Amino acid sequence: MGEPKMGESKTEKSKQTITRRDWLKMMGMGGIGLLLGYFGGSGLLAPSFKFAKSPGNTVPAQRTNGQVPFYGTHQAGISTPPQNFLCFAAFDVTTNKLSELASLFRAWTEAAAAMCSGKLVGTQNEHPHLPPSDTGEAAGLGPSRLTITFGVGPSLFDRRFGLASKRPPALADLPRFPGDNLQSEWCGGDIGVQVCADDLQVAFHAVRNLARIARGAAVLRWMQEGFQRLGTPGQINETPRNLLGFKDGTVNPDVNDKKVMNQVVWVQPSDGPAWMVHGTYMVVRRIRMHIEIWDRTTLSEQEATFGRYRKSGAPLGMKDEFDPLPLDAKNEKGEWVIPWNSHVRLAHGNGTEQILRRSYSYSSGMDTRTGKLDAGLVFICFQRDPRKQFIPIQQRLAANDKLNEYIVHVGSAVFACLPGTRAGGYIGETLFGS
Amino acid sequence: MIEQSDLFVKATEEFVAAVKSGDLDKSKALYAPTRMYYERIEPIAESFGDLDPNIDARENDVDEKEWRGFHRIEKALWVDQTTNGMESFADQLLNDAKQLRALVETVEIDPSMLITGAVELLNEVSSTKVTGEEERYSHTNLYDFAANVEGALKIFELLQPALEKKDPTLAKTIEARFDDVFQALAPYKKGDGYVLYTELTQEETKKLSQVIDALAEPLSNMGTILGT
Repeated sequence: MGEPKMGESKTEKSKQTITRRDWLKMMGMGGIGLLLGYFGGSGLLAPSFKFAKSPGNTVPAQRTNGQVPFYGTHQAGISTPPQNFLCFAAFDVTTNKLSELASLFRAWTEAAAAMCSGKLVGTQNEHPHLPPSDTGEAAGLGPSRLTITFGVGPSLFDRRFGLASKRPPALADLPRFPGDNLQSEWCGGDIGVQVCADDLQVAFHAVRNLARIARGAAVLRWMQEGFQRLGTPGQINETPRNLLGFKDGTVNPDVNDKKVMNQVVWVQPSDGPAWMVHGTYMVVRRIRMHIEIWDRTTLSEQEATFGRYRKSGAPLGMKDEFDPLPLDAKNEKGEWVIPWNSHVRLAHGNGTEQILRRSYSYSSGMDTRTGKLDAGLVFICFQRDPRKQFIPIQQRLAANDKLNEYIVHVGSAVFACLPGTRAGGYIGETLFGS
Repeated sequence: MIEQSDLFVKATEEFVAAVKSGDLDKSKALYAPTRMYYERIEPIAESFGDLDPNIDARENDVDEKEWRGFHRIEKALWVDQTTNGMESFADQLLNDAKQLRALVETVEIDPSMLITGAVELLNEVSSTKVTGEEERYSHTNLYDFAANVEGALKIFELLQPALEKKDPTLAKTIEARFDDVFQALAPYKKGDGYVLYTELTQEETKKLSQVIDALAEPLSNMGTILGT
C-alpha cells in the first residue's frame, strides 16, 4: 500500500488503512490529542490502529520461529503483538524474608527464560528417583511465542520486607468506582504474572511450573485463563471481536514507536523511582458480561451502547472502522449521532488520556446460583501512571457508560511491572537488590 | 514402624473391646487416637494387597457388602449412635491389625520405598484429609493429618544423616517446612487431640493445604541421596 498510485482517487485512498506517512503528518499537526480525536479516542472498544504494510514496516523479528526474546530493557509481553491465550496468575508471598523473596524471583527468572525459549525447566528431568523439574506437558510444543511478565502489587510494600519507602506514588491502590462489585477472590495480589502464548497448554504449563517453584515462598491467590483471536498475521485489518460481538481492537499507541511508548507506557527516569525505570504499571480488571441479557438486546440498542456499528466497527454515522469519531455531529432531531453516554464517547473524553490495552476474553464456567455463564473480559492495560491514565478514564465510564447495564467489574488489581533484565541478572533485581 | 504396628495392635485391642462391650462413648473417644498409629504407617499397609481397604476403606470406595474396617464402625458410632451389629467388624479389624503387624516384619524396605512412603503420607493429607473426606462422620481429620505428618517426619529423620551429607540446604529446608506444618496445626490442638475439622474456616483449611504442599515439594527431592 503506501501513497496512492497515480490516478487513484482520494475516495479510494480513504478506504485503505491509514499509512505510516499520514500518521506521522498528523502527529506533526497536533500530536497525540489530535490523533486520538481523529481516530476515536482510547476507549475500551475503540478500533484497532494498524499500519498498512509497506516496505519499511517489516514484521517484527519477535514473530520469527515463534519465539519472543525473554531478556531485554523492557519485559516482553507488553509491546509484544498479543498471542492467542492468556494465563494470568496472582500470588501472595508467604515468606517474611526479603532474601527468600529475591531467591524466588531469581528462580522464576531462570525458569521463565528457559520456558520462553522452549527449553525444559531445571536440570533434574532424567533422574529416576526424583520428581522431574519440568512437569512435561509443554515438551515438543515449541516456544509458541510464550511471554512471562512479572509485576509487584502495592501489598508487597507493607511492613514485611522493608520495602515501604520504595513504593512509587504511581502504584496507588485503585479507588472504588461506582458500580464495582469486586469479589476479594478475584482481587489484588502481592505479585502478578501475565503469561501469554499462542498455545494454551504452553501458557498453563508456565503458570503451573512457576507456582511449583514458588512452594514455600508464595502461593497462588487467583488465576484466570483467557483467549482472543487476531486475524492471520499479514491480514492486519482484522480487529478481534470481544464476547459482545463487537470489534475490540484498541486505538493503541503504536508499540513500534519508541517516542510514543516512552510517552504513554514506559516509566521514564524523570518519573522515578530508579528501580521502576523501563517498567510500566499494569491494571487488570475482571469484567463480567451479562451475556444472556446482551443476547436479547436489539442491534440498534447495542450499537448505541458502543457508539459503533457491529458489522464494520465504524463509528455511528461513518463508514469505516478507522473513520474518525464524529463527536460533534447531530441528527435531524438535534441529538448527538454518537450518543452522550456511549462507550466510545466517554472513553475518548477529550482525548488526552492514553493507555496500551492488551485484553483477553475469558470463559470460566457458570454462576451456579443463576445458571448463567461466567464470561467476559480480562481487561489489561499498561501505562506510565494509572492516576493520570486508567483511573480518570474509568471514572468517566463508571459514572455514565451505557455499557454498564451489560457488564460488571468483579475483579481488580494493579501491579508495577518491573524493568527487563539480561542474562545473568534477574527480574526484580532493581528492587530487591543484587 | 514395627513399633507403630505393635502400638496399633494394642490400641485396636482396646478399641475393639470397647465396641464389643457396647460402650459408645469410650468407643468414640478411642477411635481417632487408635487410628493415628495406622495413619503413621499407612503407605506400608497399602503395599499388602487387601489390607488397607479392609482396614481403612471409606463408604464409596468399595461395594456395600464388602465394606468393613474403621469407617464402617465410624458410621455406626456417629451416625447410628450405636455399637450394635459392629461386633464382627470389630473382630475382623483386630485380625487385620495383627496381620499387618506380622507382615510388617517380613517386608524389605529400601530407601526408595521409604522416600516414596514419606511423600505418600503427605499426599494422603492433601487428597483426603484437608478435604475432610477421610473422616466424614467423626470429623477427626486432624488426628489423621497429624499422624500422617508424624510418619513422614519419622522417615525424614531416618534419612537425614545421608541427606545432610548430600544436600545440606535441602535438609535444612525440609526441617524448616516440617516446623511450619506443626506450627500451623498447633492452634487446633485440644487436650491430647484436636478440634473437629468442621470447626475450621475455609481460609484455615486452605492454609493447612498450602503448608503441606510447601513441605511435600522439597521432601519429594530426598531421592537425591540415591544417586543418579
